[in-house]
Formats: sequence, structure tokens, C-alpha cells
Amino acid sequence: MTARPTIGVLALQGDVAEHVHVLEGLGTGTAKVLSADHLDTVDALVIPGGESTTMSKLAVRYGLMDALRKRVVDGMPVYGTCAGMIMLADRVLGGTADQETVGGIDMTVRRNAFGRQTESFETGVRIDGIGQDPFDAVFIRAPWVEAVGPQVSVLGRVPGPDEAGRIVAVRQGGLMATSFHPELTGDARIHRLFVDIVKGHA
Amino acid sequence: MQVSGEQGLAPNQPKKREPTTVATNATNTSDNAVGTQRVKRGMAEQLKNGVIMDVVTPEQAKIAEDAGAVAVMALERVPADIRKDGGVARMSDPDMIDGIVEAVSIPVMAKVRIGHFVEAQVLESLGVDFIDESEVLTPADEAYHIDKWAFTVPFVCGATNLGEALRRIAEGAAMIRSKGEAGTGNVVEATRHMRSINGEIKRLGTLDEPELFGAAKELRAPYEIVKEVAQLGKLPVPLFSAGGVATPADAALMRQLGAQSVFVGSGIFKSGDPAKRADAIVQATLHYEDPAVIARVSRGLGEAMVGINLDDLSDSQRYAGRGW
Repeated sequence: MTARPTIGVLALQGDVAEHVHVLEGLGTGTAKVLSADHLDTVDALVIPGGESTTMSKLAVRYGLMDALRKRVVDGMPVYGTCAGMIMLADRVLGGTADQETVGGIDMTVRRNAFGRQTESFETGVRIDGIGQDPFDAVFIRAPWVEAVGPQVSVLGRVPGPDEAGRIVAVRQGGLMATSFHPELTGDARIHRLFVDIVKGHA
Repeated sequence: MQVSGEQGLAPNQPKKREPTTVATNATNTSDNAVGTQRVKRGMAEQLKNGVIMDVVTPEQAKIAEDAGAVAVMALERVPADIRKDGGVARMSDPDMIDGIVEAVSIPVMAKVRIGHFVEAQVLESLGVDFIDESEVLTPADEAYHIDKWAFTVPFVCGATNLGEALRRIAEGAAMIRSKGEAGTGNVVEATRHMRSINGEIKRLGTLDEPELFGAAKELRAPYEIVKEVAQLGKLPVPLFSAGGVATPADAALMRQLGAQSVFVGSGIFKSGDPAKRADAIVQATLHYEDPAVIARVSRGLGEAMVGINLDDLSDSQRYAGRGW
């Protein structure tokens, strides 16, 4: 991996500019990915928040879904936030009947699990690998992870119905996903962790 | 940070339930903060680059979702019909809103009359994801807009110029859209409003501190927000465009004029082939800088909605003048 990787942001829909802004602040190259051709030019990818059903539909319609799956299989690091977490899940609950995902992380994600917008919230969450200070996590119509396979490391949880809590941050190899939106907070620690993963330092 | 400057808010409207802290169904803690500025504006950010479509039935909502809409706006009549039918236009029937919420999995927005905070309370209780305090409906209050800080659900409001946009943001709006002239299929007013808002933002960037105080006075907006806009070079909330978008090229025009996305009202379901036009507008909104894509998706769309020449509208028929 080069010292200054180019990290693309999937730009089909959602808060693309916010991710680009954080990544630029961390000194990586950035690119907006709208097509399979664009995807060829990047070393790694962020799939932003937005509407997962819309994003999935457009990725299929514009011929990006297969290209994304191929890059993931070939080992491209990808970080997904909220809708992006759903896109990286091998299994989705509460989606639409025709909803496809890129997959890659052996997990079951429940879409809109925390409820509609009036139930959206922010709260502090401890995340493995970014230091002790809780991360101010913004959850918007957010998903949670219901189950993970043996290859998946859980990086963060919020309190849930039992002691284990709800899983809201995971990593499997070069793939990382959070239920919440670090790009909205001005705290770059989670993006920095991803950049370290991309550079092979974490 | 809550923005100061609550002038123009209804004095009798109940204040926000403090603190804004509740337990969600999913967690057993009580430290989840709902309805914060960041949660509301964050929701608006998620809708960027996507198209929001007016729908009046669950069937239309499905068509919009299948075409790739990022959200639907539930209302009783599209603006073109409100124009045609006349009378008082109000919030939709809760049964209709429930039906649309049931029909789709994307976010659902709905409109309330300007100043009608009880309609807004009703919509919030129904669980809509976003409220549009809209000039397309008949205003309920000629002096005050809704105190939007008092709600957990985020609001979008229309604006014709920067001062109006900043007053709405001061009242708690999490998104601004150009008003345009809804239900006309004529994009000229939306163009005027986008150029006005962005032109004034550019001008703010050239001003020094004393001049910014003067600008706040001229704009009739709180100084803190005026200064923030001058520093950011953009609004602190997403700016969308609405009011007259009828074709893929109209949508791309709004994007090139600086809108982060578009609302399409009568333009889709008043056209010959709504599903195809909806899909075409989604593509043009995304690929707004690529004329080849816009050309391709503009082919064979069938009849566009019949437009109205703005010169044929009297002042009382213009919705953009509602609100201030």
C-alpha cells in the first residue's frame, strides 16, 4: 500500500461530502465513486450513511454492485457507516424484499433497528482501538448488529436488553462498520483507525 | 449549540419538554439524547444527493420508492391540484399518512401549514421522519412560524432569499429548500431563489466584522448565524431546491446552481409516465454534471406536466410570498 492511499467515497446518495472532508483532514487522497470505472482508481472505500434501500437499488441499476463485491473479495478495505454497515452485511433483517448488499462481513444487521427519526439519538460509546474516551456517536434511523460470525471482532456496543448490549461497531479483516455517523461529529478517531487499516498499520 | 434569536416564534406555543433525554425501546439506559441539533441536521445530511417525491397514495409511494426516491412527501393533493381546486389546504388525513408509512421503508415526510404547531404535534405523534412547514398549504398564522426547537422531529422550511433561510434556521429548521413556485412546472422561481440565496452567501464571505453586523440587520437574522454562514461559505444545514422542477434537466440545473438535492412535487405524478420520469430525475440528480446522462434519461419520457407561465398568476396565486 502506498504511503498516501486514495480512499473513495461511494457517492450514490447520502452524506458523501462529510466523509471526504474528514479523510482530507487525515491526509489521504479522496475520490467520489459513482461508477465501476471510478472504483478502479481507489485503494479503499467508504460507504456513507444515507438510505440503504435507495443506495442498494442504485448500485444494482448502475452496475456497481458486482464491481463492489469483486473488490471486497479481492481484499479492498471498506468502512461503512449506518447505511454503509447494511451494505457490508452478509445478512439483513427488516430491509425490502429485493434489497441486495455487497456483503463481506459475516454478520446479521437489522435495518432501522433503533426506530424512526423521532427515536434517533446521540450517546457516548467506547470503541476498541481508538483510546479510552467515549466516542460521541450519532445514530440516525440506525441499524444494529444482531449476530456475528467467528471472524468478526466487535469494536463497540451500546446498552441493550441484556448485559451484552447491542453491537454497533465491528471489524472483519479490512472491513469495518459502525451503526453511527462519525463523519458528523468532527472527531476523526474512527476514520484514523480505518486509514491505519488501509495502510496496513492496524 | 442552540442558536439564539427566537424572535418571530409563537409566544403561546408550548416550550420544549426538557431535558430531551428519553430511553429508546432498544436500550435500558437514559442517557440517549434525542432530537438534538446534530441528530436533526444529521438526518437532513443523509438525504443529500437523493430525490424527495410528493405522493398522495401508498401506491404512488411505492412507485417513488422503486424509482429510487430517498424519501417521500405525503400530502393530500399535489400542489398543481391545490392550485386547481382552491380552498384551504391543510395537513393530510392521519389514515393516509399511516398508509404511506406502512407502504414504504424509506423516510416519510409530511407538510403542515405555516405556524400550525398542532398539526406538527400530530405528525410527530404519527412518527413521520421529517416535517415540511410549507407555504404550499394555506398559512395558519400570519405572524409566527413554528418554534421548531420544541420538536424532536426535524423540519424543512422554504426560503426565497438568505434572510428568510436564516430566520428559519434560527427557529430550528434542519434543512432549507428554495420555495420556487410549487405546482407550476415552471422552474424560473426556484432558479431565482437558489441564485439569490447562494449569491448572498458569497457576498457575506467578502465582509469584515463591522459589515457582518450590518448584514445581520439587513438580513433580519441573528448575527451568530450570519457570521457562521460567512465563515462556512454555505448554510449550516443542507440546502435543497423545490418548486417547479418537472424534468431531469430542471433537477440538474438546481444541482448546478448549488442545491444539494431536489424535491419534486407535481412534476412526477402529473406527467404521462410517472415511474419512468421519477427514475430519470433520480439519475439526472446524481449525474448532474454529465450532459450525456441527462440527455439519455430525457429521451422518451412522455408528456411532462403542463406548465404555468408565472405572468398568468396573480399575487394571491403565488405561494412563495407566504411566510416571511
